[in-house]
Amino acid sequence: MLYALLVLGALGLGASLGLGIASKKLAVKTDPRIEKLAEFLPGANCGGCGYAGCGGFAEAVINDGIAVTKCPVCDVSTIENICKEFGFEAGARVKMVARILCAGGDNRVGRGFGYKGVTDCKAAALICGGDKNCPYGCLGYDTCIKACPFDAISSGPSGIPVIDDSKCTGCGSCVEACPKNIIRLVPESKKIHVLCSSRDRGKAVRSVCPVGCVGCGLCAQVCPFEAIEIVNNLAVIDYSKCKQCGLCVTKCPQKSIKDERAVEAAA
Amino acid sequence: MKARTFPGGIHPPGGKQLTEKKPIERATPPDRIVIPLSQHIGAPCKAVVKVGDLVKMGQKVGEAQGFVSVPVHSSVSGKVVAIGPFRHPMGNVQPAITIENDGKDDAAPPLAPLDPSTADPKSLIKRICELGVVGMGGATFPTHVKLSPPEEKPIDTVILNGTECEPYLTADHRMMLESPSRIIKGLEVVSRILGAKRAIIGIEGNKPDAIELMRKSVNGAGDIEVIELLVKYPQGGEKQLIKALTDREVPPPPGLPMDVGIVVQNTGTASAIADAIFDGKPLIERVTTVTGSGISEPKNLLVRIGTMASDLIAQCGGYKGDLGKLILGGPMMGIAQSTAEVPVCKGTSGILILTKQDSLMREPDPCIRCGRCVEVCPMNLRPYQMAVLIENERLNDAEAESVLACTECGCCSYTCPASRWLVHLFKSAKAQIMANRRKKKA
Repeated sequence: MLYALLVLGALGLGASLGLGIASKKLAVKTDPRIEKLAEFLPGANCGGCGYAGCGGFAEAVINDGIAVTKCPVCDVSTIENICKEFGFEAGARVKMVARILCAGGDNRVGRGFGYKGVTDCKAAALICGGDKNCPYGCLGYDTCIKACPFDAISSGPSGIPVIDDSKCTGCGSCVEACPKNIIRLVPESKKIHVLCSSRDRGKAVRSVCPVGCVGCGLCAQVCPFEAIEIVNNLAVIDYSKCKQCGLCVTKCPQKSIKDERAVEAAA
Repeated sequence: MKARTFPGGIHPPGGKQLTEKKPIERATPPDRIVIPLSQHIGAPCKAVVKVGDLVKMGQKVGEAQGFVSVPVHSSVSGKVVAIGPFRHPMGNVQPAITIENDGKDDAAPPLAPLDPSTADPKSLIKRICELGVVGMGGATFPTHVKLSPPEEKPIDTVILNGTECEPYLTADHRMMLESPSRIIKGLEVVSRILGAKRAIIGIEGNKPDAIELMRKSVNGAGDIEVIELLVKYPQGGEKQLIKALTDREVPPPPGLPMDVGIVVQNTGTASAIADAIFDGKPLIERVTTVTGSGISEPKNLLVRIGTMASDLIAQCGGYKGDLGKLILGGPMMGIAQSTAEVPVCKGTSGILILTKQDSLMREPDPCIRCGRCVEVCPMNLRPYQMAVLIENERLNDAEAESVLACTECGCCSYTCPASRWLVHLFKSAKAQIMANRRKKKA
């Protein structure tokens, strides 16, 4: 009995000493600030910053001096809190939200052939670029909805998904996921968008879509702030110059430029 | 002796009776041809003509860009009327040259014939590249690349693929019956270039007339064996054919047949090689089977490259019944088209038109883990598992399951009792994985 107790006791003592020494000697030194910063971050691991999750981003901020504002998800108050805690410079930050630049839903643009297959835009786009008659249009097979880590995108009435600005954090996951490359991050404060991505010439656009941008350039001419440029037959708004006067919306013959404030007011 | 084969595979209905007895007819040259600048795997060509230029038949209109690329030639004489994007049978829009046919067939002077027994192999390879020869079974891999293996990989066997395992297609079958000596001459050129000691012609057992004729024709033509293969799809897949004929296994991608000392060529390619070497004639026409339940008179046609599928359909008496599906290629691996206004390319082995009744698809049900897809997969993959991973966006795990080794033969989708869109998921995943890799590199 006594013998057994002694042996076990000695074994236990030896092992615990060994562990104690090992934990001191072999300890991996991490900056405690990294863990602390990670607690502030959203923890969704959306990858919008380009790093491997929130932990990776925290490491990059502390070790490599990356600006904490690079996290597209943190709201302004979180960023302020982090800056206070860690003594960073905040700098200006604009909240961005995603916009699908296409208004050619199933009520407006036809489908050229019956697509039957995996319900995913990336799979559908492999066949002739998708079944939509417009080669640039939203296919409506919900790839962005699945890609959104914040549940901010839902199916719209005409097949084009709609984005809930209050949930959208501008992480850019949907921009990455869209095989047609028609989702763009825009400042949340800006409400006037060209809802078309077609780089085709006017005639080709008109033949498939009643609301597609034909690249006529009227909007660029009328804009008092020179905020619109026609690039590859498509009007593109420079949001840093746009003052949201709404002149382009009234001039656009195709009604491709939408003022969301007007829609909200009507609703 | 029992016919040889590979493990796995399926037995889809053949459909070959529609055209296998019909001799190859020369199609009427169309008023307008469209020559896509990319008719091969690899870098697309650069146009070397301008709008308004007059071109001769056989004149080079697109110059190869880089090593894995071949030039394209005009298949008619006439005027270049447009250079720009056009629908491509691969299912996208690619740059192409549109030429108006003046009907004169004014041919550019052919290059001088080469004698393969005396000419330097390098000059033979250069000629094959210069005249635009690519693999004509469908994959359109540039032939000169296959014929230039690195020195540390000696080739001991050349296999000529006469299986034509895709249902419905009979183009290779008819070519073997109508010009066997041409094909064998092409095969001899390939053997000579590669210095291969052994040459095998593999033909599926459903073409007994072709087997007999080829056996008769090779008599006295060196050491060429003609071997009968079991009728099974995808018997003509490169890796499956090698396994069946030589019992060697090609390593998974990026492994190539040349890693095990083998080069496989299609019968059509062999014939095109013979044309290039002995006649100096560029690849400007090919045999295409126009067939299916939705066409009035199925035919085997000798078609100028760049002819619209719609022109050929009209020459075959037009559609019959409700048009359900139009596929360029065979029913298993061909690509469904959204319009008949697509040009026939170097790799278009068939135009298949199916009625609505024949192209019905059932809605997919959940996987019941029956394992039939695993049994039939000729690449020994686990399709059911890969499909679930891809559906859940776990591309890295799908890659670990070797989704990139999938040859997209379609056996799994064909056999699935739940009608799951397996091969479609794999195609989509492969495209995404490759796109991600390119992004990482950039």
